[in-house]
Amino acid sequence: MMEGMLQGLMTAISPFNIVMVVSGCIIGTLIGMLPGLGPMSIIAIMIPIAISIGDPSSALILLAGVYYGAIFGGSTSSILINAPGVASTVATAFDGYPMARRGQAGKALTIAAIASFCGGTIGAILLMAFAPALSSVALLFHSAEYFALMVLGLSAIAAFAGSGSVGKALMMTVLGLIMATVGEAALFNAPRFTGGVQEFQSGFSFITLAMAMFALPEALYLVLDPNRSGKAGEGGGEIRDMRITREEAWTIAPVIGRQSLQGFFIGVLPGAGATIASFLGYAVERNLATKEEQAEFGKGSIKGLAAPESANNAACSGSFVPLLTLGIPGSGTTAILLGALMSLNVSPGPRLMIDEPDIFWSVIISMYLGNLVLLMLNLPLIPYIAKLLAIPRNYLIPFILFFTLMGSYIGQNNATELLILVGLGLAATVLRFADYPLAPLLIGFILGRMLEDNFARAMQLYDGFGFILERPMTIGLLVIATALVLLPSYRARRARLLRKGVAQGD
Amino acid sequence: MTILLTRRGLAACAAAFALSLGGVAQAEPKIGSVHFLIPGGAGGGWDGTARGVGEALTRAGLVGNASFENMSGGGGGKAMTWLIDNARSNYNVLMVNSTPMIIRGLNGEVDQTFRDLTNIAGVVGDYAALVVNTDSPINSFGDLKAAYDANPNQVAIGGGSVPGGMDHLITSMIMQASGADPLAVKYIPYDTGGPAMAALLSGEIKALSTGLSEAIELARAGEVKIIGITATERVPAYPDAPTFREQGVDMEFVNWRGFFAAPGLPEDQAAAYRETIAAMYETEAWEEVRARNGWVNIHNSGPEFTAFLEKQEAEMKALMTKLGFL
Repeated sequence: MMEGMLQGLMTAISPFNIVMVVSGCIIGTLIGMLPGLGPMSIIAIMIPIAISIGDPSSALILLAGVYYGAIFGGSTSSILINAPGVASTVATAFDGYPMARRGQAGKALTIAAIASFCGGTIGAILLMAFAPALSSVALLFHSAEYFALMVLGLSAIAAFAGSGSVGKALMMTVLGLIMATVGEAALFNAPRFTGGVQEFQSGFSFITLAMAMFALPEALYLVLDPNRSGKAGEGGGEIRDMRITREEAWTIAPVIGRQSLQGFFIGVLPGAGATIASFLGYAVERNLATKEEQAEFGKGSIKGLAAPESANNAACSGSFVPLLTLGIPGSGTTAILLGALMSLNVSPGPRLMIDEPDIFWSVIISMYLGNLVLLMLNLPLIPYIAKLLAIPRNYLIPFILFFTLMGSYIGQNNATELLILVGLGLAATVLRFADYPLAPLLIGFILGRMLEDNFARAMQLYDGFGFILERPMTIGLLVIATALVLLPSYRARRARLLRKGVAQGD
Repeated sequence: MTILLTRRGLAACAAAFALSLGGVAQAEPKIGSVHFLIPGGAGGGWDGTARGVGEALTRAGLVGNASFENMSGGGGGKAMTWLIDNARSNYNVLMVNSTPMIIRGLNGEVDQTFRDLTNIAGVVGDYAALVVNTDSPINSFGDLKAAYDANPNQVAIGGGSVPGGMDHLITSMIMQASGADPLAVKYIPYDTGGPAMAALLSGEIKALSTGLSEAIELARAGEVKIIGITATERVPAYPDAPTFREQGVDMEFVNWRGFFAAPGLPEDQAAAYRETIAAMYETEAWEEVRARNGWVNIHNSGPEFTAFLEKQEAEMKALMTKLGFL
């Protein structure tokens, strides 16, 4: 094994492969910043170039660079314009965007960059140390456990329920779960709730819904509320804001450490991935935080930003475990990577590490380099990117609207998506005015489909609810989920009773 | 789309994007330009087939240039409706499709069938296979059948499609041909091939119904054993895999992929498309694309293609009726 590693190291630090890492990271991070273009579409576009390189190691190093580069850059649009382009950066917007609105865009971007760097690097180290051993962990979860894990992911909504409007947050979650059932399900061979509209047959697309729930109402809100739109334009571009104080660094360090580990292990599971990792990271950190810090979550907490950012990048590294050691793609993106590898006559699987240690180790080693490159690339750019918010609102809002519409159109290449987007966006704006939190809806939607599919499979395999009792890990996860949901509500209730009369916030 | 994220689908997609680079046309091709209509998104099996064929045709100089359009929606129905509604202005369009077109036409998910289009040719195909974990005690279809007969509830078979979708119908076809009640089969659906494969390796399901090219890759990696393939004879690419037929299970199945043109297409133009595709099989460019994607040449042109589709439709209809999906 040492010999293979050494060989991989030599391959990874060859000048050509360093160029590959750097260019992969640059392309990934730049395109990842645009909402609507997730890592999946960028990698698909990059594949012909990778294949023309011919050498599988270099090709995979380039594509992997694009992948984690895009995850790294993906936080930018979430933080700046509340437009998460991929599901794994939805949780980043929860606290990243409020920070940007407060005029701390630079700081938010810096924290996101550092959290991403640590998540990615720790993920790469774990990958190197344990990848061969972890292939069995990847197979530990059955549908029953995935179902329980999705329930646990849903407990992230507790973060929005704690501030008083428990009922509203729950209603929005249920609405999200309902929306996830539109279209064809894995359960039935028939479209459900489409109202006969052909466009609904494949369900709502994630990007459209994310834009409609987050970016569009935000832009409309700014137009409709001249007071806020007047003053918010300042501050964002101030460079001094990007510095993190020593105190803040100490606050987020344990969060990053925990979430890098947790995120990595969730990423290893082929049926979970970066999105679940980011929601769980957010939920867990909120529950571990002190009472004062908890009140900050959802309003611009640095912990709430660091948690999902380190978790999703670590999960991205983790997803290479089933890909490289079992040949199983856990997500759409890794599936495309697998396709690229097979075009280059490399079959990932248990034999890859033995037959072609060179490829196996050089990719993993290139991940450290890649994360370092990303950090060096992103940090100096942050002041300029943050300046974007200093653009006067009457220019910025059309710009946001343009990216919102484009993001939703690009994915499907279908003009009807635009109508759906505007319709949902208007509905979301009304809900926002009525003070309904929109994040729970999106969480419900993202997790709903996986929740239902895994539940249905478990029910079928065990002929009923037996799986809950027969599989100890399932019941364990469900108990944790219940605790995560009930505890904050209980604590919030007690706190409310204690200081009656204090404003309940929104 | 059930074939979206399987290994072969992705290998196809990878290749599909590769060809946007190629395409140096030689002088005077028979057909000036073809616009390929892809009823699903980028990266799926349909996408890979259309782009692969387009690449081979242009590189071989059989077609001047090829353009591609993805029009997803309604399980392929949106593109079909569009082509039929705008038929007369789109005689230069070839739409790719495959076995799910038959299934969705039968269950009413898509309103039109191949009868509403001009059938050009079936181009490539893939057989199906049943695989089990390498360390499974099951070594042949007979072993699986014995386990199934002992307790059908304990033999969960998975696949990468919805119940009533392709992988499920293949599983049912196999079980029915072996004399078992297809209704009693415990079929567990997964979104795509990846999670289904993870479920097989983790022991959640006993066997997996998947495409043969994907099964071969996994068998070569030492992760699965192929206990039966739906071809009539053993395939040269992996002669160790037994057919169902030689194990006494009389059935065959091919997941075809082929092309359709607008209804009312003049006969001479249809003939030109068919000749061009037939000529493609002789070219080096095609051999390269085919090998890269692991496709099997299964060429059915014009009336043969229609007859093949009608036969498959009748088989599927009988099975789907029996299973209660119709």
